[in-house]
Amino acid sequence: MLSSFTTRLVGLIGGFILLAICIGLSIILGYTDTNVQAVIDTFQHFNGSNTQLVIKNVRLPRALIGASVGGCLAVAGALMQALTKNPLASPDIMGVNAGAGLFIVVAVTFFSVSSLHSFTWIAFLGAAIASFIVYCLGSLGKDGLTPMKMTLAGAAIAAMFGSLTQGLLVINESSLDQVLFWLAGSVQGRKLEILFAVLPYMIFALACSFLLGKQINILVMGEKLAKGLGQRTGMVKLLMSLMVVLLAGGAVAVAGPISFVGVMIPHVARWLVGNDHRWVLPYCSVLGGIFLIIADIGARYILMPEEVPVGVLTAFIGVPFFIYIARKKGEAL
Amino acid sequence: MKNHLSLRTKYFSFLISKKSLFLILFLFILLLACFTISASLGETFINPFHVIEVLVGKGNAFEQLVVTHFRLPRILIAILVGSSLAVAGAILQGMTRNPLASPDIMGITGGAATAVVLFLTFFSDKDNNLTVSIQWLPLSAFVGATVVALLLYILANHGRNLSPIRLVLIGIGLSAFMKAATTLFMITSPIYRASQANIWITGTVYGSDWQDVNILLPITTVLMLISFLIIRDINIQELGEPIAKSAGNRVHTYRFLFLLICTGLIGSAVAFGGTIGFVGLLAPHISRRLVGSSFGYLLPSSAIMGALLVLLADLVGRTLFLPIEVPAGVFTASIGAPYFVYLLLKQRNQ
Repeated sequence: MLSSFTTRLVGLIGGFILLAICIGLSIILGYTDTNVQAVIDTFQHFNGSNTQLVIKNVRLPRALIGASVGGCLAVAGALMQALTKNPLASPDIMGVNAGAGLFIVVAVTFFSVSSLHSFTWIAFLGAAIASFIVYCLGSLGKDGLTPMKMTLAGAAIAAMFGSLTQGLLVINESSLDQVLFWLAGSVQGRKLEILFAVLPYMIFALACSFLLGKQINILVMGEKLAKGLGQRTGMVKLLMSLMVVLLAGGAVAVAGPISFVGVMIPHVARWLVGNDHRWVLPYCSVLGGIFLIIADIGARYILMPEEVPVGVLTAFIGVPFFIYIARKKGEAL
Repeated sequence: MKNHLSLRTKYFSFLISKKSLFLILFLFILLLACFTISASLGETFINPFHVIEVLVGKGNAFEQLVVTHFRLPRILIAILVGSSLAVAGAILQGMTRNPLASPDIMGITGGAATAVVLFLTFFSDKDNNLTVSIQWLPLSAFVGATVVALLLYILANHGRNLSPIRLVLIGIGLSAFMKAATTLFMITSPIYRASQANIWITGTVYGSDWQDVNILLPITTVLMLISFLIIRDINIQELGEPIAKSAGNRVHTYRFLFLLICTGLIGSAVAFGGTIGFVGLLAPHISRRLVGSSFGYLLPSSAIMGALLVLLADLVGRTLFLPIEVPAGVFTASIGAPYFVYLLLKQRNQ
């Protein structure tokens, strides 16, 4: 749709402005009544009133976490889709969510870990280990890393880890209460410190992915062609996988498993700017943030005053989309 | 014909492979042995030979209580659930001609699970007692399984051909959707019920009683009988749609019938055993190794194999880690998932 350099740049800047507006809306809208003036007052003359506390400690972290988690998941999804040449690939398929979930439940059950802060690192570790296993399984066999093998290996590992997680939760019922909300995926109730702990990795991985754009463009033309052009495809694939682990692992660590952002957004981004990954990846980061924030605002209103975890909402929106893509492009797989 | 027994009357003739017949008999004896061992092990050990005496009415009151009241219903439910899932898996694999097809990966058990959680959420009062009879539970699970199966069938049937891969992919999508729905209901309901639902989702036959057996046994028996009666048509279907059609099989009618039988079996199994994963995948595959792919042998041996798997998983789960009970679904998934990956690799390397 956007084909020239200028229109793409304008589109990207427009996206950033939209993201900023969404963050603002996310701070204002919700159960506690607020308005723009109250938000401005909170940052200029903080007086500790209830509204101001909500804005500062609840709404602001929520909006910022939503923006960064959404962006990271979308970029990770775009990388996965390029890596596996599979239009349905997403970080959840690499087992990132299942691994993080299992490790958190193991930590709670056997090591009585309970602070959200340590959850972050455990989730990160679990995500990395699970995706490593899925990556290895997907590359076993004669024909190397194929999209189909990776998708199915991911589904199997996710099923196994999921079942172990459930089993542990049954054995230790008291931990269910602690982790159930985490397992559903939510950007609510997370503190800013958690985001700041992983933010450096996220930014590093985002920057690296943007720099890899040109290499990715060559890789998606086909492994043989890329090799013929002198690319060290193994190295590029490994780097991309590493970025996926950092981005998706970081996102899961902060917000829990939020699915389908990574499947949908890259398609939207490609629809906007075509297949040039130098543009697709930045667009993904902005669009992912916008999508997750809007989904999160929606999650507040559906069952007011109760909150729906945003991961549930993204699944409800994402599955029809997923099936649409599977029907349309399934033949090629 | 040394390898086969022939059975011929005026109305029908059968050719029965001796090897397969012996294997099925052997599996059946193995199942009986496991049945006895499972009834004898537990917190109080009862000698396996004594168990048989207890079953026929001898033994003191305490042993009677332990064996017939606590262990027997649980064992029977495990057997029924395991064989239902396995037969459903075998039929699905034959029908879709896809070795990776199984009720759980295709989201059908997920649909049943969501329906059950919905049922428990809507028909419970404040004290967590059910307001309607538990007899309706299998029906709701059946409805859930059928809805997902039909959705899957409609969505994957694109351009007149049912591509196996698309079927699995859409199944993965649908099961994600069902999982999200289940999570939503669990989160909005009180924590006690959430933990109940969670135990049940993991797949366990813990706490089964005679009432459950009385509901499940007739359903499973009828559905099994029907599926054994239409074995011929499954065999034909496995040859693919064009061949089946030219052989005079009403492909679409039968496919629909198979689907209903599968969802019936899965729904009733899930209603009482929860989502015991991977049995529907594992059992038919192991059986195919043993008796080949003709459904006349495959269905009975899958049924026995599925029963064995769940029975053993439950036995290990309730004896090995005493005093904790580990749900059977954890074990079946830990064996099943690696096997799934193995199948995948094998299929790719061919």
